[in-house]
Amino acid sequence: MAQSVAGPEIERLIQLLARLPGLGPRSARRAALHLIKKRETLLGPLSDAMRVASERIVVCTSCGNVDTSDPCIICRDPRRDPAILVVVEDVSDLWALERSGAVTARYLVLGGVLSPLDGIRPEHLNFEGLVARASEPGVAEVILALNATVDGQTTAHYITDLLGHLPVKVTRLAHGVPVGGELDYLDDGTLSAAIRQRTSF
Amino acid sequence: MQWRDEGVVIGVRKHGESSVILELMTREHGRHLGLVHGGRSKRQQPVLQPGNIVDATWSARLDEHLGTFRIEGMTLRAGEFMASPMALFGLATLAHLLRQLPERDPHRDLYESLTGLLANLTDPDLAPPLFVMFELSILAEFGFGLDLSACAATGQRHDLVYVSPKSGSAVSADAGAPFRDRLLRLPRFLVGQSRDNRPAPDDLRDGFALTGYFLQRHVFEPLGASAPAERQRFVALATVETGDAA
Repeated sequence: MAQSVAGPEIERLIQLLARLPGLGPRSARRAALHLIKKRETLLGPLSDAMRVASERIVVCTSCGNVDTSDPCIICRDPRRDPAILVVVEDVSDLWALERSGAVTARYLVLGGVLSPLDGIRPEHLNFEGLVARASEPGVAEVILALNATVDGQTTAHYITDLLGHLPVKVTRLAHGVPVGGELDYLDDGTLSAAIRQRTSF
Repeated sequence: MQWRDEGVVIGVRKHGESSVILELMTREHGRHLGLVHGGRSKRQQPVLQPGNIVDATWSARLDEHLGTFRIEGMTLRAGEFMASPMALFGLATLAHLLRQLPERDPHRDLYESLTGLLANLTDPDLAPPLFVMFELSILAEFGFGLDLSACAATGQRHDLVYVSPKSGSAVSADAGAPFRDRLLRLPRFLVGQSRDNRPAPDDLRDGFALTGYFLQRHVFEPLGASAPAERQRFVALATVETGDAA
């Protein structure tokens, strides 16, 4: 059995870092050593930032985003178009859309997609919140920004049924050739979708 | 240990940060799982979507190990299925039914039936009757095949309109008349009497009710489960009056 080379505090730091995505035990050890070497400029501020985040971060009860206030900064922003509601699977998707600046709408985070294999059923997702938000006066369009996977699109069709009785237009993201994509390397499904959804040039 | 076979993707589960555990229904090796290294990469993800047919090479040190798959796409229809709610709910139901089969047990006839159904899953005329026939094949693979060739009471081979819920055998109109409230209806397309390209919605509903009854009794009930909600949605879309389900 390998002998520990550091005290329990450092071992605990390494163990916790190793739980982060992208880090294994070896890279966690390197990260811990780097933090210790930069104690004043990195370890201290990081520890403070993490403590503040742990104390203040809440999930927005309106959209499901994470922020330090409820409602979150996006739900409070008066410049956003209240007529458009963008439905995303996860907070990371919301952040990706915000990074792109492609849409200035409000959001709703579902918290996953339907997946019989993983046992994720409608009652596990925020469909109740979605129907409530889509029923609000002034909402005219619901954009389903879900992954182009079988599970993502099954969820999209489920939502379309769910919102069928509401006077809102339900749209989804286009499927097709990505920027920088070469036709020769695309799968048949993407090519078929791109041909089906071709636009005038 | 190593083999190479053709298979249909029926499920993918994340494993670690970049790999997946892939569940395939293969032609010669039945339902088989294996690890795909880098299965969450941009190149692999479109191939590893349910409903796609792939060329799989499985290898492991020992036969009882999970093993790893090396995958190459053959017929990639997932993109086509995504445009059709009927196909997507059908696909989820198919995967659920296939998942009830024991692992690594070959079912060659069922595999042929599966690929035939997948080739037509977005066709609102062909998919519903093929789906009923596929469910009959699944029942047969479980050892509960229905005998729809002759009347259980009289032995006659014509005018078969009912199925006995007890024996799973066909019953003729005359023999079944006194008990018709307790018998299941046998749709004409299952005894080759329907000449229409698309069976009537009532016939399709009878077909799904027939297979649904026996699937519940012989497959789901012993496991303490019930048919998936996706089946109900598929049946609703597959039995609409017009052909606009897809």
